[in-house]
Amino acid sequence: MQWEAVIGLEIHAQLATKSKIFSGASTAYGAAPNTQACAVDLGLPGVLPVLNEEAVRMAASFGLATHATVAPRSVFARKNYFYPDLPKGYQISQYELPIVHTGYLDIELEDGETRRIGITRAHLEEDAGKSLHEGFHGVTGIDLNRAGTPLLEIVSEPDLRSAKEAVAYMKKLHSLVRYLEICDGNMQEGSFRCDANVSIRRRGEHRFGTRAEIKNINSFRFVERAINFEIERQIEVLESGGAVVQETRLYDAGKDETRSMRTKEEANDYRYFPDPDLLPVELDAAFIEAVRKTLPELPDAKKSRFMEQYGLSAYDAGVLTASREMADYYEAVVEASKVEGKLAANWVMGELSAALNRDGIEVEDSPIDARAFAGLLQRIGDNTISGKIAKTVFEAMWAGEGDADAVIEAKGLKQITDTGAIEQMIREVIEANPQQVEQYRSGKDKLFGFFVGQVMKASKGKANPAEVNKLLKQLLDE
Amino acid sequence: MALKPAEVEKIAHLARLAIDPVDVDQYARNLSDILAFVEQLEAVDAADVTPMAHPLEATQRLRPDVVTETDQRTHFQAGAPAVEAGLYLVPRVIE
Repeated sequence: MQWEAVIGLEIHAQLATKSKIFSGASTAYGAAPNTQACAVDLGLPGVLPVLNEEAVRMAASFGLATHATVAPRSVFARKNYFYPDLPKGYQISQYELPIVHTGYLDIELEDGETRRIGITRAHLEEDAGKSLHEGFHGVTGIDLNRAGTPLLEIVSEPDLRSAKEAVAYMKKLHSLVRYLEICDGNMQEGSFRCDANVSIRRRGEHRFGTRAEIKNINSFRFVERAINFEIERQIEVLESGGAVVQETRLYDAGKDETRSMRTKEEANDYRYFPDPDLLPVELDAAFIEAVRKTLPELPDAKKSRFMEQYGLSAYDAGVLTASREMADYYEAVVEASKVEGKLAANWVMGELSAALNRDGIEVEDSPIDARAFAGLLQRIGDNTISGKIAKTVFEAMWAGEGDADAVIEAKGLKQITDTGAIEQMIREVIEANPQQVEQYRSGKDKLFGFFVGQVMKASKGKANPAEVNKLLKQLLDE
Repeated sequence: MALKPAEVEKIAHLARLAIDPVDVDQYARNLSDILAFVEQLEAVDAADVTPMAHPLEATQRLRPDVVTETDQRTHFQAGAPAVEAGLYLVPRVIE
């Protein structure tokens, strides 16, 4: 039996405002419990919410960046449920009239194919507080610092067909909100969280199967694993003659499985209604145009420009524009070094990225800044050092031993381009290997590589490879 | 549309209202009367009318994104039944 998975994601992105969505309390992460929870956040009687303009602007910029409609009129609604991390007994959210609807995001799959994923809606809402269950002998501790932090809940169409596609979509969205500077994207701190709706159906079937919702998956890797587990689980249920139950499931990363959360009694009876404390939000064309003017160059546009302007492949341009910081670094390197775009791309994606990953450093904190890195590439470009030697210079620069020129000077790494010196080395190699010379001259061409290797070794890698090739050919053919 | 006693009990539970079982029938009658009135309103053709989200003819005022609140935890927690290490303590809610 051939099964097809149908997946839709709900992503909660915490908006990077300074204050909360409906109060003037700080949203800074990591403060002592309840020191950033004011009367509005605590739901004390008599308080009124006042909407944060910046949260509205951020939501609008997301809408414009995803080709969506930014609603001229949107309405806040109360979503009613009782939980101690939500002191009011309801969450202020948006229901029938969200601020953003009907957009899309194009994702690129591993085979290079592009898929368009619909974005049903993105609405503004307030985050809840945190419940702490450990260490309080039979009671639960509540920290309401997070209560009232603005969230943009981004709901996709059920357009995704595999865990890999879901991850590609999530990564693209993650990159986009960071480009827009509306969310810091910090998944450990919960700034970017994902719920996945997963169902399966027979290939060719048009109706959807019954779905399960997997809650709060907090890394790209876990999203892929949780969805794959869930698809397998549902296939097993259906193939053994059972039926998938519509329910909420929790992903347990330790056991790599999803399991049913005890179904909350009548959990989905939220009885939404328009919040009488908040008036409808009306955005005029001038506001939306003003937001449009503040949009930065977005990942897709930047990628196309990199391909055009720097002669990069789609793959290279995609990797370099995945984050705004990486793209900025790359551009600064090319501009300062004037070397070919491809050479700079290879070095940024190769040595630099490997070192950043190895040491767990973000590109904006790289010990080698763009200008210094450009200095290294210039020395490759003007043949002062070979690519191989450049790796040694790079390591020294990474370790803080100075800029490229200083390292080359101090370690005596300058490339030997003096033909007299190279010729001398070649003659010595030829003399030391009479047997190989004879074999080469009698037609064993592949020994040429052996001689190149010997000469490079004799020069400690410093001989100019092009020069070595040219002279070696001449001298061997003498 | 007439509400059955079981529906009244469900609504009361969702709103966390404790109602006396002897009052259930009367609530059911009262609420059913309200629903009957709403049914009457449905006779009006409102196809071209934008649903009203708020009775005031006004739109939401926005506030600048500025932190204006200071830490008043001690003050707020003075009225809480139980606190520890800065946290509000509530009956265990883990599922």
